Amino acid sequence: MGPEGLIDALRARLGEAVEGVADSFGDPVLLIRPQDVRAVMSALREAPFDYAILLDLTCVDFAAAEGRFELVYHLYSLSRNVRLRLKASVPAERPSVETVAGLWKNAEWLEREAFDMFGVRFEGHPYLRRILTYEGFEGHPLRKSYPWRLEQPRVPLKDGS
Amino acid sequence: MEPRTRLERQARPGSMLLNMGPSHPAMHGTVRIMLELDAEKILNAEVEVGYLHRGFEKTCENRSYFNLLIYTDRLNYVSPLINNLGYVMTMEKMLGVAAPERAQLIRVLMSELSRVSDHLTCLAAMAMESGAFTVFLYMMKARESLWDVIEFTTGARMTTSYIRIGGVRSDLHPEWRGALSKAVGETRKVLKDVSGLLDKNPIFLGRTRGVGTISTEDALSYGWTGPCLRSTGIAYDVRKAHPYLVYDRLAFDVPVGESGDNYDRYGVRMREMEQSLRILEQVAALLPDAPPLPAGPAIEPEEAVRRSRTERTRDPVRLSPNLDGSEKARLPGLACQDLPVAVPAKEDAYTTMEGLIGHFLFFMAGKGIRPPKGDVYFSVEGGNGELGFYIVSDGSDKPYRLHLRAPCFHIVSALEQLIRGRLIADVIPTFGSMNMIGGELDR
Repeated sequence: MGPEGLIDALRARLGEAVEGVADSFGDPVLLIRPQDVRAVMSALREAPFDYAILLDLTCVDFAAAEGRFELVYHLYSLSRNVRLRLKASVPAERPSVETVAGLWKNAEWLEREAFDMFGVRFEGHPYLRRILTYEGFEGHPLRKSYPWRLEQPRVPLKDGS
Repeated sequence: MEPRTRLERQARPGSMLLNMGPSHPAMHGTVRIMLELDAEKILNAEVEVGYLHRGFEKTCENRSYFNLLIYTDRLNYVSPLINNLGYVMTMEKMLGVAAPERAQLIRVLMSELSRVSDHLTCLAAMAMESGAFTVFLYMMKARESLWDVIEFTTGARMTTSYIRIGGVRSDLHPEWRGALSKAVGETRKVLKDVSGLLDKNPIFLGRTRGVGTISTEDALSYGWTGPCLRSTGIAYDVRKAHPYLVYDRLAFDVPVGESGDNYDRYGVRMREMEQSLRILEQVAALLPDAPPLPAGPAIEPEEAVRRSRTERTRDPVRLSPNLDGSEKARLPGLACQDLPVAVPAKEDAYTTMEGLIGHFLFFMAGKGIRPPKGDVYFSVEGGNGELGFYIVSDGSDKPYRLHLRAPCFHIVSALEQLIRGRLIADVIPTFGSMNMIGGELDR
């Protein structure tokens, strides 16, 4: 399945969930509807697409200019040796998308990171909790609205220590 | 107080909760493993990371493309050169430039030196934590000889910042061949000794065989790459699957394991080091000696600047010892000469007006390297697996967003599953075989 064949097959399988396709420096990119993220991902994981590995999951903050956060997923198919990038835009006021935890096991940690850094809610996530920062950290540091050098309040000592 | 963690909420009555870490003598790196125990048996586990989080991605968004290179040294600090390479090649993909042939060979040389030192460190720590202190000392000794080669050329053991956008910073040290063959010979000897000490050692086998086993499906589902994935029998290596630099012209094998346990992760790393040494020898044979520099007396920089006010001087300029190996005559073989990709020759900045302007245009805020708008993902094979950079450019001189795909983030996310149902003692070799590197994991 070549790159063009892949895009056609994806469109045929996913229908309206695909909002557009793009090419970024030679990498195929698929823009998908945010409400269909999980359906698209579970279709892509199965044959004939066979994207067995969720390489990466991250987020980009376009809130100031475009009022949206962009979730970026990188998938890799071992059998076909190709990567695919998927993007879904969610509104900046209340960024939320369905979780892909359960499809890939590393999604649980990757989504916790995106939640921690950007405050994106992943609906249905079994354990959405900060991962790189700590309990009591205020704000989401990778948002553009978060100043580069902001001091955080001191965390009180635990009872009895 | 309401329990904060899932582990506390799900704890069975009568079981004991115990923290391993964040600072624990038998674990390298700062990570907290919360255990729910029934005597020595682990009923449940939860891993908490982030103790070394220092906002790498946020910092990079506030630095120019040239300046943020130094932060990549501090990701996987055992193999900084591979981190440099990953970032730099992502940028080159976006800029549409390629490094000259000589620079590519030097990059492969540096990558493989780093890979061997990364594997040595991982196995040394793993062996030491399971009681084999001799192995630790032997491997550290071999690592020192490899780092000698790196230090000769880059001037640093760890914070190298040597591989630059467009090429490399300077040429190899004149003595590199001798240092390399000594390092390769010494590492081979150490590998043989370590094989003799560990391969059939009943104590080591007892701690590693059948311990920390992961199935191929789970390894893929956890996003494992690198030696850990290969230990489950999948020969995925970025150097073979998506060849970069000159890897497609080099002969090397991708060793795989069978059962995906601690012992296989040890075995795969051992055999990979042999392959890396093979690559090092091939690259050394392919790399010609550096062209000789023009002879004759050199003038001091101040003298060159003074003379350049009245005439165009042709005499060679004496450079600071920091710039050894990056003389103007050498640069065409070392870095892409398109402007503004690599640092322009220093001699020009001292002697010509155009050179001085070029120098300022490279380093001034808002100027310098400004890739076109768009986003790009590129990955190289790091010590731990696929080390990927995702960069979003808005056309300015700073990245709009820079994200690192840290291979050991995915690997450590599987630790909870691997130790559940095992004994406390099994945590140590399992964790050791994963090669968790805090700088890369927590960013």
